[in-house]
Amino acid sequence: MSEDEGFLSLENLKKWFELRKGLFSNPVHVRAVDGVSFDLKKGEAISLVGESGSGKTTLGKTILRLYEPTEGRITIKGKDITHLDPDDLMWYRRETSIVEQDPYGALPSFFTIHRILEEPLLIHKAGNREERIKRVHEVLEDVRLTPIEDFAPKYPHMLSGGQLQRVAIARALTLRPELVVADEPVSMLDASVRIEILTLLRELQERRRISFIYITHDLATTKYFSERLSIMYAGKIVESGRMLEVLRNPLHPYTQALLKAIPDPDPGNRKILRDVPAGEPPNLINPPPGCRFHPRCPYRMEVCVKDPPDIEQEGGHFVLCWLYGKK
Amino acid sequence: MTDNILEVRKLFLYYATRKGTVKAVDSVSFDLKKGETLALVGESGCGKSSMAKAVIRLLPRNIDKYDGEVLLEQQNIMEHDETTFRKDVRWKKISMAFQGAMNSLNPVLKVGYQVAEPLLIHEDMKKQEALEKSIESLRMVGIHESFMERYPFELSGGMKQRAVIAMALVTHPRILILDEPTSALDVITQANIMNLLKKLKNEMGLSYIFITHDIGLSSELADKVAVMYAGEVQEIAKAEAFYRKPTHPYSQKLMASVPTLRTDKKPEFIPGAPPSLISPPTGCRFHPRCPSAFDRCSKENPPAFDLGSGHYVKCWWYEQSGEKNE
Amino acid sequence: MGSVGGEYRLKGIAKELLTYKSGVFGIAFLVVLISLSVYTIIAIPYGGAIDLWRGEGNVWIENPRNAQPYWVNYFGPNLPETIKRDSHQTGAGTVKVLIPIPQTNLKMLRIGFSFDYVYDAFPSEINIFFSARFNESAPFLRIYWTKPGSTEIKLLDYITRTANDNFYLSIHPQVAANIDSYIAGIVGEKPLAPLPVEQALFAVEDQTIKSTTTAKPLKGTYKLVIDGTLFGEDSDLDARVVIYGRICGLAGTDHLRRDLTIALLWGTPIALSFGLTASLTISLLQLLIATVSGYYGGKIDSLIQRFTEGYMILPFLPFLILIATFYRLDIWILLTVIIVLSVFGGGVKSTRALVMQIKEYPYIEAARAYGASSKRIVLLYIIPKILPPIVPSLIGSVPGYVFLEAALSLLGLGDPYLPSWGKVIEDSYRGGALYKGYYYWVTEPALMLILTAFAFSFLGFALDKIVNPKLREI
Repeated sequence: MSEDEGFLSLENLKKWFELRKGLFSNPVHVRAVDGVSFDLKKGEAISLVGESGSGKTTLGKTILRLYEPTEGRITIKGKDITHLDPDDLMWYRRETSIVEQDPYGALPSFFTIHRILEEPLLIHKAGNREERIKRVHEVLEDVRLTPIEDFAPKYPHMLSGGQLQRVAIARALTLRPELVVADEPVSMLDASVRIEILTLLRELQERRRISFIYITHDLATTKYFSERLSIMYAGKIVESGRMLEVLRNPLHPYTQALLKAIPDPDPGNRKILRDVPAGEPPNLINPPPGCRFHPRCPYRMEVCVKDPPDIEQEGGHFVLCWLYGKK
Repeated sequence: MTDNILEVRKLFLYYATRKGTVKAVDSVSFDLKKGETLALVGESGCGKSSMAKAVIRLLPRNIDKYDGEVLLEQQNIMEHDETTFRKDVRWKKISMAFQGAMNSLNPVLKVGYQVAEPLLIHEDMKKQEALEKSIESLRMVGIHESFMERYPFELSGGMKQRAVIAMALVTHPRILILDEPTSALDVITQANIMNLLKKLKNEMGLSYIFITHDIGLSSELADKVAVMYAGEVQEIAKAEAFYRKPTHPYSQKLMASVPTLRTDKKPEFIPGAPPSLISPPTGCRFHPRCPSAFDRCSKENPPAFDLGSGHYVKCWWYEQSGEKNE
Repeated sequence: MGSVGGEYRLKGIAKELLTYKSGVFGIAFLVVLISLSVYTIIAIPYGGAIDLWRGEGNVWIENPRNAQPYWVNYFGPNLPETIKRDSHQTGAGTVKVLIPIPQTNLKMLRIGFSFDYVYDAFPSEINIFFSARFNESAPFLRIYWTKPGSTEIKLLDYITRTANDNFYLSIHPQVAANIDSYIAGIVGEKPLAPLPVEQALFAVEDQTIKSTTTAKPLKGTYKLVIDGTLFGEDSDLDARVVIYGRICGLAGTDHLRRDLTIALLWGTPIALSFGLTASLTISLLQLLIATVSGYYGGKIDSLIQRFTEGYMILPFLPFLILIATFYRLDIWILLTVIIVLSVFGGGVKSTRALVMQIKEYPYIEAARAYGASSKRIVLLYIIPKILPPIVPSLIGSVPGYVFLEAALSLLGLGDPYLPSWGKVIEDSYRGGALYKGYYYWVTEPALMLILTAFAFSFLGFALDKIVNPKLREI
């Protein structure tokens, strides 16, 4: 297998959460991720866009095996990690890492920055004391938190949100992972800081050839940070393809609605009404049958109550919609 | 005769805290014409929410300074005592929809009753009549009558936000202050709410003060934009002028940092971090992060220079082009 | 571990504490208590204190019983101090003459004591301590008392029995009989309710001497004379008279004549160490239990929680009484029993709620993502986070345990030999303090308890405000 192929592969991945309504009633399931398949090459970055409740965060965390999948398969570098025990996953923990959404909550408040960055090294017994210190310094420089003496001995409450997120990124890179999942890494930061952090992430990702999954609800930020774009709705990926291709030629009605809904700063906006579908995303306990979007879709047809096929338009542009079904 | 419905002159709001005095609103002035929307944009911690609370006088107990002139239809409401203010201004002429609609609704009261509540309190209306008006208000925001008897937890996020707007409008105020009205909502619901607000503005002849950190979103409603930084309004301009050619360095940087979908412009970031409101920088508050800062900027805080057509900017670079406006 | 710290640094906390009034008071009181403890431990070593408190060897014999603190006199009443005279030291007010009679075996002895009595109340007791040296025949003594400006009263003929006789003048029946006659001589008839000896000997000689309610002390110079005949060449006799006052010491005395300052002082380190040890041990054990329960969840959680609930229902006091019936409780056993009976208590539930909250923080999930084991997460990530919120309640519950010890002592379940505040209160209760008007006996230990409660409660409140941002006053 060449280095470029199939680094990460998801086949019909499902993650359902069980909810007990009462002591004696049957459990119901929240179908957070309901059949997702995609492949990621080594060093490739993909943006996973969806709104709250779309399942994007659950998908990211399931890929990292922070949850165990309900159905389907996750394969990484040829190994099937779907149902491995936590003990057998230590190598996987080394190869992957997460950048969480909340910079204030993602770092233990009682450790110094140095110690926070050292933790992954300590856990995996990576190097002796000097090597660890060296690695911590390297990684602080990578995220441009210099001079090091100004940051390493400090505690998290002494740093700003943006600086904390840099530390979180540094921590994610300490063990030289091959896959990083960033879950809304900038949505809790000030607008002026977001671009800076995303730029940093992109740089590091490209330089170190890390496979990268960037999860966000803010479609506008994805354009500069990944080659691929996937749109998620109600537990399914409804459209997927090369970033610029999807943005220029959105196929799925939901993607089209998203693009129509997002305002760029333009004084003309206040004079027009946006043409967007009404309603809100469905609840994941009892999603609509067939295509999840069909109750709100301006193009819905009768066939939409049946599960739509995943159609590939040209060049790796996939869409889950009957509109493009073979007639 | 002016068609300004609201004139704010040198409004101050300082909080007293254990760590020092927080100068949340530090001499802010602006006008709002009838039927106009003023967008108040800025990052978190710049004082914009405090500004709204200062106008509608919803203040906590630890106030250090609360001063200035607020002329509502030419009457200075700062001089009103609390009883008069509550009766004549709050929710009667100026209403507010708060950040985080999820938490603005009382979970143990039915939706219909809550929307009617302002009428019961402010206008001494009979319950039956108030509920009728509540139905009307809910209909205006697109919520069906059947939701009158439901509880907030039975509503989706978007519907809760609509209910909060209905509650703010049930007394038919002149001015509605919207503080991040769509913060927890998804993008499509946000667009729907914006559509609703646009419609209501025309139908009810409302004037809006729209507070947000999202510049793109602000353009959905703004006729005029005021940029706030470190408790001060750094620039006010008409929408066309602002979005196309902002003059203040901070405004320029803000506009440049917005990732756009429809253009190929790559967003830039603003180095540094917003300053503390307890000890803001001397001189111009933005000077530590300003690429065009020069000597004077660190020493003197520039006044707002009048560039004509209601365009004001607090920046020494415009001293020659504009007249000083105190 | 120098890298562990965080938002709660000692210096920062101390500074912030001082910005709260409750913090200032709490720290002030605590400093007082700690200084008292340190002083006490140095000035009166533990072993010595226990011995003193047991009162062995008549060590307290020269203290009055149930005397009030000396400073009571500043508030008005002119209560008598204890007056002592010793024939071993001749000097002012003491005269001893010992003359052998030539050509005989006999010696003549005269000991004379004189003193001024200037007080407005009667003494509480009078005793004479003889130390005699004799071979076969004991000294034969006659004891006389002279009031100011009046004649001598013969108190008694007395033969010493041992080398060290304690002569309890106040309760000697012969003396009492003689006094009765003396009073009858003044009043004209034998009084129905005769005056106690120590009062009769000091009372004004008129009709008021008839009863206790009317008798008044006579101020002036008094004399006590002991005339004696000694037998043998080497014989000698010394006398020490103690006229017991009604005030003594900084804190007064109890029914066993013990100076209460010892118990009050020693009670301080005892209370502090008892309260702190109980509170710390219980809090830390509860923390561990709650963390395991809250973090692992599932069956372990259910098991621990049901067990805790059952435990909490069981009655604390009856168990303690049961154990005390079979075992003598010294303070350490008491401490252990209290800890064992409290460890699965309410704190487990509240800390568990905190743990379940913290479990959901992103940094815990991130730790799992980089491979931290559950054990590591519990010890290094969760416990340091829940420790600060526990400290205020840890501090605030110290007075509860101090009170518990005092209450248990009152019920007779405490350590009988330890000079603790609870013990003093128990003694005062059994000695009928409030009934007899010995208010100081109750209020002094009570005040110490209140001081302790204030110190820790105030400190706990202030710490709570610091640790719990929501409670902060801006």
